[in-house]
Amino acid sequence: MDSQTFTLINITVMTVVAWIVPLQFVPVFIWLERKGSAIIQDRIGPDRTGILGFRLFGMVQNFADVVKLLMKENIVPANVNRFYFMLAPFWAMTVSLLPLLVVPFAAPLDFAGRTVRFQAADLGVGLLYILSITSMGVFGIILAGWSSNNKFSLLGGLRSSAQMISYELSMGLAMVGILMVYQDVRMSSIVEAQGRLLTAWGHTLPLPHWGIFLQPLSFLLFLVASFAETNRNPFDLAEGESELVAGFHVEYSSVKFSLFFMAEYSNMVVAAFVIATLFLGGYQVPFASTETLRQNPQLTLSLLCLLVALLKGTAGLIFYKIGNRQRHLYAGVKRAEPFLFSGLCFAVALAALALLAMGLTMGLPAWMNGVLTVFLQVLCLSLKVLFFCWLFVWVRWTLPRFRYDQLMKMGWKLMLPLALLNLLVTGVIILTQK
Amino acid sequence: MTPMIDPKTLLPAQVQDNSASGLDAAKHKDKKDLVFVNLGPSHPATHGCLRALCALDGETIVAAVTEMGYLHRGFEKDAEVHTFQQVIPYTDRLNYVSAIMNNVGYCKAVEKMLGITIPDRAMVLRVITCELNRIIDHLVCAGANLVDLGALTNFWYAFNAREKVYDILEKLCGARLTSSYTRIGGLSRDTYPAFADEVKAVLKDIRKSVAEITKLVSKNRIFVDRTQGVCVISKEKAVSYGWTGPTLRACGVEYDLRKAEPYYHYEDFKFEVPVGTHGDTYDRIFVRLYEIEESAGIIEQALRKLPKGPVMTDDKRVALPPKQQTYGNIEGLMNHFKIIMHGICPDPGEVYDYTEAANGELGFYIVADGGKNPYRVKCRPPCFMNYAAFHEMIEGGMIADAIANLGSINIIAGELDR
Repeated sequence: MDSQTFTLINITVMTVVAWIVPLQFVPVFIWLERKGSAIIQDRIGPDRTGILGFRLFGMVQNFADVVKLLMKENIVPANVNRFYFMLAPFWAMTVSLLPLLVVPFAAPLDFAGRTVRFQAADLGVGLLYILSITSMGVFGIILAGWSSNNKFSLLGGLRSSAQMISYELSMGLAMVGILMVYQDVRMSSIVEAQGRLLTAWGHTLPLPHWGIFLQPLSFLLFLVASFAETNRNPFDLAEGESELVAGFHVEYSSVKFSLFFMAEYSNMVVAAFVIATLFLGGYQVPFASTETLRQNPQLTLSLLCLLVALLKGTAGLIFYKIGNRQRHLYAGVKRAEPFLFSGLCFAVALAALALLAMGLTMGLPAWMNGVLTVFLQVLCLSLKVLFFCWLFVWVRWTLPRFRYDQLMKMGWKLMLPLALLNLLVTGVIILTQK
Repeated sequence: MTPMIDPKTLLPAQVQDNSASGLDAAKHKDKKDLVFVNLGPSHPATHGCLRALCALDGETIVAAVTEMGYLHRGFEKDAEVHTFQQVIPYTDRLNYVSAIMNNVGYCKAVEKMLGITIPDRAMVLRVITCELNRIIDHLVCAGANLVDLGALTNFWYAFNAREKVYDILEKLCGARLTSSYTRIGGLSRDTYPAFADEVKAVLKDIRKSVAEITKLVSKNRIFVDRTQGVCVISKEKAVSYGWTGPTLRACGVEYDLRKAEPYYHYEDFKFEVPVGTHGDTYDRIFVRLYEIEESAGIIEQALRKLPKGPVMTDDKRVALPPKQQTYGNIEGLMNHFKIIMHGICPDPGEVYDYTEAANGELGFYIVADGGKNPYRVKCRPPCFMNYAAFHEMIEGGMIADAIANLGSINIIAGELDR
């Protein structure tokens, strides 16, 4: 296999992965939303649907919903523009899957004389690519709003387009801040640059060289703008349930609706990935650069195993508590299920600890170093992404919705000047550092 | 987008001539590109069936016409073909969010007609249940209003407390929503042993949930911007429209029937009447939230002074005799027979009586012709007057304001349409 074929295979595999990852995050996100909102609102959340009694703590509800949506009648109302009406959901879904192509999931790995990349396309215009693709997402909403031939849809589409245009500006300017400090638009370089420690005027600070520390204002602006870009509460004016019924997707049912629904969530997953990549060091493990990890396999192994053990141990404890609380309510599989999962989690945690002990006492084969680093970095990125997913949930169930004119006012009169000010200050600081 | 309906044919003269509604008529006279949108009758924010036909310029409502009657069940006509007692379950369906207050309002009017004074225990229990109902009505109103604003979580904080109140009401009268708790001359049944303790416990929950809601919204900038100065109505306008209750008090008029014309010894209870200053959506929400606390105080005082004794008057015209008398002597049997078969027959005459319900003045005008059925029952629902001002309040605002306002004036379609 020559190196060209290898690169081709590498890219193909990573392209598929970059499409599958958001699709895999979507059900988790929906589950997180349902259970998270239930926790916030003192409810229980979905806990009835199950397969053979296994309910996976409400996760099975997603399958039931998919089946329900697929079974529903595919209604195309009379007098709609049929082509655009059908195109809109597919457009929204497709576009929402594209930005992850340039996001690196782990540092490139040198393996048997070849370089394996964990990024589908390391474009030279990475950052601009993300900006351009995400701005295309609005077409799906506008098309849906216009072609539905419904006034509520039309208003939703109008709101959405105005909102996207206004917030794209501050989003882009927030990105420029990142571009200025890292001096590059290539995503892999930006992430690589975040592996160091923060230095300011010759002093090394005990902070990672992350965007959030270099550009805190830019981070806030980007975060707010990405809420607006994903049409998420408090910016969910396009949907505006209580005002516009369902906004742009009021006429959509069955599969077409589910595509919009999934696009919304996969947009948020993508936004979480982008925020994590630009501002929280992407795959970088805090205080441990890729080189450090590669050179100290013991450290990598300990970090990985301890992290897994901690996560699984916590999950096991939670499952055990849930099981104990529900013990008197159910019988059979329903009663046993939380304990089963709790046991599994504890087993994985123990296995991780055992692996750690084995690795530390017996040493590791050389090829393991790189692989362990990849695992650790992917895990680290996933955790960051999950945190931002939770933030999306948290904010949605806490804040009221903006009004259209207030939204515009905030976008143009507050965020845009702040973003410009941020650029000015950043520029001055960069100049003084030279 | 061209309007699908010709506004000239559909809209009444009022919209075409905007001078009546205080709008700059000249500015909109030549508007040809208005979009006409029906908010309702089937719309998530109408909480029932209402219709507001809005002429939109962009998102701004240039003119609005409201319409009601989509939930008309003919309460008043029904009342004419039922006996005085049989009307009580129908009153449950007026403002179904606080059913007992309607029971009390109707029974109080009939009792006034008959000249009956109910026992003290029944009075105090009516006060307690009414105030519990006022609390849940305000919780529903505030919670649903915040949902309309997009703040979904408050709804559950409000409704969890409300569910606990319903648990008590269920134990008290056997039904959660449609309680039919009162009878003409008293109450259907007395309390159960743990009543006072459970009410005290539920008040604690209510105070906690109100504190949580207040904490979530009162200093939230988005909420404040969305509600302050939105859909303002002046004191004078509100009075001229006949507003009563919390919506009127939010405009700065300190008018509460419990203070102005006390009934059921309300003058003996210590409570404040929260009054707003601006008459905007914010004031209307917070007047309600503060009233919850006052109602809780009244309930605590009432529980302390709850006297012992019967909950039903012994007036033979309305009260069934005890079972021993019904089965034991002929007078009791006849009395029972007369009430069951012939019903309560007030002397011919008419009466208007009113109570301070959760939404405002709930009045019943009853005409009797000496028969067992009322000749005419006219209900004065408080939200009817609120809704009359709705179109004027939303004109000039945006759709989102209209929705926020609709929640804050608390239109209950069952009461509006009757």
